[in-house]
Amino acid sequence: MNGIEIENISKSYGATLALDALTFTVQPGERFGLLGPDGAGKSTLFKILTTLLIPDTGRASVAGWDVNKDFATIRRHIGYMPGRFSLYPDLSVAENLNFFATIFGTKVKANYELIRPIYEQIEPFSKRRAGALSGGMKQKLALCCALIHQPKVLFLDEPTTGVDAVSRDEFWVMLGELKKAGITILVSTPYMDEAARCERVALLQTGKILALDTPANVVNAFNQPLWAVRADNYYQLLLDLRQASFTERAEVFGEFIHLTTHTGTDRESIVAYAQSGGHGNIVVEPAKASIEDVFLALM
Amino acid sequence: MQSYLAFVRKEFYHILRDTRTLVILFGMPIAQVLIFGYAVTNEFRDAPVAVIDNARDELSRELVHELVSSGYFKLVDQPATADELDALFRAGEVKLGVFIPPDFESDFFRRKQTTLQFLADGSDPNYATTLLNYGSQIVGNFQQRHAGGPENYQVGVEMQLMYNPELISAYNFIPGVVAIILLLISAMMTSLTIAKEKEMGTMDLLLVSPLSPLTIILGKVTPYVLLSMSNALLILLLGYFVFDVPVLGSFWLLTGFCLLYVLTALSLGILISTKASSQQAAMMGSLFSLLMPSMLLSGFIFPITSMPWMLQKVSGVIPATYFIELLKGVMLKGLGMQYLWFPTLVLATMTVVLLSLSWFNFKIRTK
Amino acid sequence: MNVITATNLTKTFGNFTAVDAISFAVKRGEVFGFLGANGAGKTTAIKMLIGLSKPSGGSTTVAGFDLTTQSEKIKERIGYMSQKFSLYEDLSVRQNINFYGGVYGLSRKTIRSQTARILDEVELQANANDKVGSLPLGWKQRLSFAVASVHDPDIVFLDEPTGGVDPATRRQFWEMIYAAAAGGRTIFVTTHYMDEAEYCDRISIMVAGKIAALGTPGELKQQYQANSMGEVFLRLVR
Repeated sequence: MNGIEIENISKSYGATLALDALTFTVQPGERFGLLGPDGAGKSTLFKILTTLLIPDTGRASVAGWDVNKDFATIRRHIGYMPGRFSLYPDLSVAENLNFFATIFGTKVKANYELIRPIYEQIEPFSKRRAGALSGGMKQKLALCCALIHQPKVLFLDEPTTGVDAVSRDEFWVMLGELKKAGITILVSTPYMDEAARCERVALLQTGKILALDTPANVVNAFNQPLWAVRADNYYQLLLDLRQASFTERAEVFGEFIHLTTHTGTDRESIVAYAQSGGHGNIVVEPAKASIEDVFLALM
Repeated sequence: MQSYLAFVRKEFYHILRDTRTLVILFGMPIAQVLIFGYAVTNEFRDAPVAVIDNARDELSRELVHELVSSGYFKLVDQPATADELDALFRAGEVKLGVFIPPDFESDFFRRKQTTLQFLADGSDPNYATTLLNYGSQIVGNFQQRHAGGPENYQVGVEMQLMYNPELISAYNFIPGVVAIILLLISAMMTSLTIAKEKEMGTMDLLLVSPLSPLTIILGKVTPYVLLSMSNALLILLLGYFVFDVPVLGSFWLLTGFCLLYVLTALSLGILISTKASSQQAAMMGSLFSLLMPSMLLSGFIFPITSMPWMLQKVSGVIPATYFIELLKGVMLKGLGMQYLWFPTLVLATMTVVLLSLSWFNFKIRTK
Repeated sequence: MNVITATNLTKTFGNFTAVDAISFAVKRGEVFGFLGANGAGKTTAIKMLIGLSKPSGGSTTVAGFDLTTQSEKIKERIGYMSQKFSLYEDLSVRQNINFYGGVYGLSRKTIRSQTARILDEVELQANANDKVGSLPLGWKQRLSFAVASVHDPDIVFLDEPTGGVDPATRRQFWEMIYAAAAGGRTIFVTTHYMDEAEYCDRISIMVAGKIAALGTPGELKQQYQANSMGEVFLRLVR
């Protein structure tokens, strides 16, 4: 039983409610994503689950142990990668890894197999001080340090923040590999496009869950007509579309404007409306909702 | 045990790899000792002297001549009254005043005892002590020559320092520097290094590990205990070999007192770090609540007896006050435990209280 | 009309060439994305463009001034918003605007009118006297952008502007950028988040000191047969 159970957890800081009666379960061996912006309560939840913080109300268990009562046991069996780079910059790569192995009462050798695929990538730099590593390598080292004692549950708080796209991609591939070792992973990210890398996701906003399901199901639940629209004068088109009677919502979405319309609106009427506004090079296509569309609709 | 050792090793890496820390650890004590030490100048010539000669007899003239002919002093004035002498001091024209009592000669030969008064400008304390030392030495020679032996005739020299009655001298500053440096390393450096872990987020990782709080604290402080003790030794050696500051009492008792004080300082450091979440806060906390009061109010720089009542009370709760008392007792007076039990007891009580306070304040969780 | 013209812009540190003769132009009113992996030379290039670092070679003009000889003039014509917002958290919204107005030597009258305009633009009239530290992230972000434009610069440089905000707040920010661009201000965005790149009119991607790709997001996606800018980036960098 390596899952996580969260039942009615609330936590406030003064007048600010950081977590509002949160309830959900992470299955053993699952790669579960917490999606939400800064201030959604992701870090607070991580601190409660890693026994660093006591919730105001509710109970939670990690791998079957209660976060309040059995905190000492939990601390032996979890790996935690906090939001910021939290290793010793003045220690070398190898020294950091050895230190974390020793304080968990183990040896790097004993668990090398688990971290080998990751550590091999940074091994050429094992004598380099951690502070002098690139963002992506720091992140790999931090993951190695969090894994070195073979934890049952791994908590990764915004591991991909501040890391370039290549390293982010590699990181998610590594998390996929860990699945084989049966480690439960709870990972948080503010980047909506990373949702697809998780088996299930929870969309978190101001301490509440907006949606919780597999990424595919979350997106499929979006059942309004959605269009990708653009024209030469992008910004003016956005302002114009917001005035249209068929518009539910018009949001900038990169190159296109994502236009949510009332059911029954067809492509032609949108094109006609844009033409009447004097826009040129009008493109209107049906669009497939993304996690971000869902998030915007639920907020 | 394994993880404790790993922790201590890690701390040593931090210390040895940070030039700033190294400079504070080893540069500061040496710099402080040398600065204080060489502020004491021993060489001088023709120091301006004023003599109030109320005797005006043969012997008094001879004494004045003896002082002047030594080459160390130059007679600049012979004021009639003490007020005039005072004016000369204030104008800075005179550094030493000699007051010869009436009937100097007759008292010296008849009653075999008389008293000279030496006044020195204590605003430059090191200079002043040197003047007084030379002056009284000349008087000692003078009386020996006249009486054939110190047993028969005695001239007492009554010395008085104006403006700064208790002096900072080599004898005084070595214990003071030891107290300050130990505080700096044990309290400030410890609180800084714990605050640094909080700032970097590594404290969270340590707390989430199976390390017990005791191991974390012991691992943190062990290197600083070792460094503090070696620094104390370094300062004492510098004092002994460069400035002839003796250790008259037991060396082991001295070491014991240093250890006790290091413990007090460490518990203060841990206490500060339980309250401070950033290095900056820890730095400010230790500077203003520890270092400044210890420098100014422990009797290191200003004598406690001349402080206002309120500050004397404050001085009474500063650990350095008792530690300096202990050090002076052992080093300069050669006293043993039977005379020093009180400051020892105070320091020990402070340590126990502070240690338990910091223990209860050390959080196994974060905010 | 181009507000930035870089021709063979180069920066070397000893034997190491951080920026290797890059050439590009940015048009007035354009939202230009400047992308690159960590260590690709992106930061070095921007430091040169905002006049903090002297180019080792090439001829480049920013806002009509020469980068090598007139960098002080350039500073008057550009605004800069960093990731950390460069607002003083312990000063009020109004005090921050006044301060930056003063930094750019605006007259009292201009500062007063700019303050009114900015408060209106970011909808902070009711909070003008609140400390900036107490504002939500999204408001800080928009205020920071407005403050970077207080002296009506030709170009505003944005350094990873929207990390960590929710999708709605992020869109409010981009709309503000589009509005500024529609008004003729050039926006130069650096980021390593590819989904943010999709919001730019044109994008350049730096790899190992050189510009490896330059075009609209649509063009680049087509050229590299990718569904997203993220994929384009991965193809280029790997």
